Amino acid sequence: MANNILVFIEQRNGQIKKASLEAISSAAEIAQKLSYKVNGVTIGNDINDLQSLSNYGLEQITHYKNSNLENYSPTAYTEITSKAITEYDGDIIFFSNTSLGKDLAPRIAAKFDAGIAIDCISLEISGNEIIAQRPVFAGKALVEVKVNSPKKIFTLRPNVFKVKTNSANNTEVKTVNVDNPNLATKVIEVKKSEGKLDVAEADIIVSGGRGLKGPEHFHLVEELARALGAASGASRAVVDAGWRPHSEQVGQTGKTVSPSLYVALGISGAIQHLAGMRSSKYIVAINKDKDAPIFQVADYGIVGDLFEIVPALIEEIKKIKS
Amino acid sequence: MKIAVCISHVPDTAAKINIGSDGKSIDPSGVSFVVNPYDEFAIEEALKTKEKLGGETVAISLGSEASKETLRKALAMGIDNAVLLKDDSYRDSLSVAKALAEEIKNQNAELVFFGKQSVDYDNSITGQLTAELLGYHCISVVVSFTLDGNKIVAEREIEGGKEVVETVLPAVITAQKGLNDPRYASLKGIMAAKKKVIEEKTIAAAVNHTELLGMKKPPLKQAGKIIGNDASAVPELVRLLREEAKVI
Ligand SMILES: Cc1cc2nc3c(=O)[nH]c(=O)nc-3n(C[C@H](O)[C@H](O)[C@H](O)COP(=O)(O)OP(=O)(O)OC[C@H]3O[C@@H](n4cnc5c(N)ncnc54)[C@H](O)[C@@H]3O)c2cc1C
Ligand SMILES: Nc1ncnc2c1ncn2[C@@H]1O[C@H](COP(=O)(O)O)[C@@H](O)[C@H]1O
Repeated sequence: MANNILVFIEQRNGQIKKASLEAISSAAEIAQKLSYKVNGVTIGNDINDLQSLSNYGLEQITHYKNSNLENYSPTAYTEITSKAITEYDGDIIFFSNTSLGKDLAPRIAAKFDAGIAIDCISLEISGNEIIAQRPVFAGKALVEVKVNSPKKIFTLRPNVFKVKTNSANNTEVKTVNVDNPNLATKVIEVKKSEGKLDVAEADIIVSGGRGLKGPEHFHLVEELARALGAASGASRAVVDAGWRPHSEQVGQTGKTVSPSLYVALGISGAIQHLAGMRSSKYIVAINKDKDAPIFQVADYGIVGDLFEIVPALIEEIKKIKS
Repeated sequence: MKIAVCISHVPDTAAKINIGSDGKSIDPSGVSFVVNPYDEFAIEEALKTKEKLGGETVAISLGSEASKETLRKALAMGIDNAVLLKDDSYRDSLSVAKALAEEIKNQNAELVFFGKQSVDYDNSITGQLTAELLGYHCISVVVSFTLDGNKIVAEREIEGGKEVVETVLPAVITAQKGLNDPRYASLKGIMAAKKKVIEEKTIAAAVNHTELLGMKKPPLKQAGKIIGNDASAVPELVRLLREEAKVI
């Protein structure tokens, strides 16, 4: 055992993801408890603000750089990350449970014959071991998992672990230019949904369901979302009806989210919907049926007509924000 | 071309989950099991690809005798053959992937469809693990797929958009909702599936690198406050969100 933690630091468009700051913070804390060293690896072309990562408690960050690595390439990223793990002799490797992390981490696990715990929501130390907690059955149950192989891989659910900086400001950032990355599988284009915040990443989500009566009323959801700086989400009923795109669906067959605030408008709270959002820190429900199951998980509820309440709510939020 | 599709047998998403007496698994009583919803997209894409380019399709499932039901459903939808890798023990994803990789090699399948995620343990990694073990290319969470010669162009869903990804065969694709509309099994398909033999294979005992220490229900949320029943409750709601929850 080499007693090293390695964190994969993810960038998109040259920006470090917030989820990576969470992973670095958690890794540094665990490294301290276990008396391990902790280093970081990042892959991309130009990456902004790498220097700003110098006070999270990492010893060193290696930036593997090539103009063809700005976008994700599963083959190149797998090879480079594997090389970094070997060079740093990492035995615990952290990824964020993002679409990139979920794609890359298992490839690394297979390469090193390493056990992998996905989508962890807490990491505790017991003895000298990491005990990971993760939701299963779409959050209807939680399991505790321990990884027993020499190399251990964890992916951390975004928005759950706290970002913590460190007083020492001494992380060294090293750049390694990569020659001829293996681009056998590569992203050739990124299509962005227009200027929209994704539910999987948002800190606040406003979701609408069949109670909105038709796609023409979703401006209420969008206006409230805009006022709150939130992403807009949807129940499956309205996605299946074609009112909203699937990328907005929250739930067991949509996205699992855990924002600070989840606002459900005209959503009944079917078990499959709750599965995707019940771990939100605060839940607000507006529904005209006092017996709707959504109220069983809501912290704050208003039983009434959303067409009357939501416009008032939008006004009130605008008022306090201005 | 041989096309494989890996499918798992999982509790219905509407099922209430209770913890079993061992404290490590679910209590299966009263739970109905179904084809993993994402695997239906995988089956459909395998069928569509065969219809377009010819070849042969095989469905593979690792699990207990009960998984035959799920294989039967794949046959009813039109998959040619089915293999059950029989195992009743708990396996982690890597251990499942090793057995699947072995069988895919046996089958000589060049193109393999998975679901993006099983709705039981929600790992969403078995496809990528299997691909890496086989040395196949892999694109995960795919919402559109085209194969031209041996070149694949697929779109995968990411935060706030899609990535268009290019690769070549042999490859693993993991299917996300939106990839296609899975067909219903026809009556003829269902009858034909009943007559087909599901090949059963025994596999090497599980070697797990992860250990499941325990399972529990998530802490119950306190039932919340109903603040009011019309727009007059709005100022109080906003005050609570600012002062009590401190989220806005
Ligand atoms: C395999 C499977 C997977 C599934 N996966 C998902 C998933 O991922 N996500 C998901 O969301 N669902 C999922 N579902 C569907 C789920 O079972 C429900 O059908 C769906 O969530 C219902 O959506 P809804 O709440 O918008 O509609 P409804 O259940 O019809 O609820 C509408 C609500 O609006 C309220 N309402 C009506 N008018 C007003 C008004 N004027 N003001 C205020 N309130 C009003 C009503 O009281 C009602 O509670 C899945 C189902 C299956 C079988
Ligand atoms: N026991 C199994 N047998 C066959 N395929 C499986 C099995 N478990 C998982 N898979 C496949 O792997 C995908 C992802 O599963 P998971 O990684 O468990 O979320 C599923 O959608 C299936 O296609």
